[in-house]
Amino acid sequence: MLALLTRDLRLAFRAGGGFGLGLAFFLLVAVLVPLGVGPEGAVLARIAPGILWVGALLACLLSLDRLFALDVEDGSLDLLATAPMPLEVVVALKALAHWLVTGLPLTLAAPVLGLLLFLPEAGYPWLVAALALGTPALSVIGAFGAALTVGVKRGGLLLSLLVLPLYVPTLIFGAEAVKRGAAALDGTTPLVLMAGITLGAVALLPFAAAAAIRINLR
Amino acid sequence: MAEAVTLSVTGLAVARGGVPVLEGLSFALPSGKALILRGPNGAGKTTLLRTLAGLQLALAGSLSLAPESLTYAAHADGIKAVLTVSENLSFWAAVHGTQEVAAAMAAMNLTALADRRAAHLSAGQKRRLGLARLLVTGRPVWLLDEPTVSLDAASVTLFAGVLRGHLAAGGSAVIATHIDLGLPEAAVLDLTPFKARAPQDGGAKGAFDEAFS
Repeated sequence: MLALLTRDLRLAFRAGGGFGLGLAFFLLVAVLVPLGVGPEGAVLARIAPGILWVGALLACLLSLDRLFALDVEDGSLDLLATAPMPLEVVVALKALAHWLVTGLPLTLAAPVLGLLLFLPEAGYPWLVAALALGTPALSVIGAFGAALTVGVKRGGLLLSLLVLPLYVPTLIFGAEAVKRGAAALDGTTPLVLMAGITLGAVALLPFAAAAAIRINLR
Repeated sequence: MAEAVTLSVTGLAVARGGVPVLEGLSFALPSGKALILRGPNGAGKTTLLRTLAGLQLALAGSLSLAPESLTYAAHADGIKAVLTVSENLSFWAAVHGTQEVAAAMAAMNLTALADRRAAHLSAGQKRRLGLARLLVTGRPVWLLDEPTVSLDAASVTLFAGVLRGHLAAGGSAVIATHIDLGLPEAAVLDLTPFKARAPQDGGAKGAFDEAFS
C-alpha cells in the first residue's frame, strides 16, 4: 500500500509532476490581492482570512484533474482496479498523496502569506490549525469529484463546477475560525465543526469515489 | 503459481456500452493451457477480456474464478513515463506483494534498460515492459489483449518463450491476437458464432441502467 503513496509522491516531485504548482498559485493570490485592494492594513487584515482560504481552495483545485485522469490515460487505473488493493484504499492513498503535495505545503506557507495580508498576530495559530484540519477535506472531496469525471475528456472545468460548491462548508467554518482567532476571540466552535466535516469526508467519500470509478471504467 | 486453477465460463454474455456483443459463451481453460481468441474487429475480444478481468459486469453467465486469480494486459500498459523501468516494475511488484522484479526484467530482456526512464523507451520496449508486469503480478491466469502489438519478431519469440514458461509452471492464458504467436499447442476459440442476437430475435437486452445494477 505504501508503494502507491511513494509512487504518487515520486511522480509529483519528478519533472512535470505539478509539485509546487498549487503553492506558487497560493503565493500569487496572496501577493496580488494587496496590489488590487490597496495597502491599507486595516482593510487587508479584515479580508485576510477569507482571501487565504479562497486561495487555498483554488490552489487545491489546480492539480485535482490530474488525480485519476493520468492513470486512466496510461491504463494504470484499470490495472489498479484489478490489483489486490481495494479501490477504496487506492482512492484514499491518492487523496493522501494529493494532500501531502498540496494541502500540507499550503498550511506551512500560510503564516508567511498572512504576514503579507496584515493578518493580526492572534490569528496565526488559528490559521495554521484551520488549514491543517480543513485541507484534508479539500483533497478527499476533490478526489470524489475527480472520480466522478474520470471518463470525461478535459473534465477539469466540470470538476471545478462539481467540487467548488462542496467546498463551501469547509470554507465557511475555516474562514470563520481564523476570523474569530484574528479578533482574539475563541474559534473553537467553527474549527470543531470543520474538523467534523473533514472526518466525515475522509470516512465516507473514498467509498463513493471508488464506486464512481468502477462505473466509469466499464 | 502453485495452485492449479481452471478458468471455466458458462453461458457468458457480455456487453459494451450497453449493447450486447457476445452471448452463450462457454469454455474451460485448465492450468497449463492457452486459449487464443479469434474474431474480426469488434467481435468482442477486448470486452470479453475486460469482463473476465472483473472490470465490467457480465450480462449473464458465470465465471469460475475470482478476479484475484487473473491479470489483464491491455493496449495501455500502465507505465509511468517519468519513472524508470525498474521503478515501474517494482511498483507493480509491491502492489501485488511479489519480489520478482529482476527475474521479470531478465525474462523480457529489459535488464540493460533498468535505469532508463520509460519516456525514453521505444514503443516495442514499452510493450516489453508492459508484458514484464505480468510476471511480477504472480497471478496464474493472464488475459492478454493484442500482446504483440509493436513487438519485433525477436521480441515476439521472446514473449512466446515467457508465455510457454508460464504455462509450464501451471499458469494459463487467454490471448486475443491476430498474429501467430508460435504456440501450436494453444486452443483457438472463434468468437464469431457467439455474436449476440439482436434483442428482437430473443437476444439479451443490455440494461439501460447497467451502471446501477
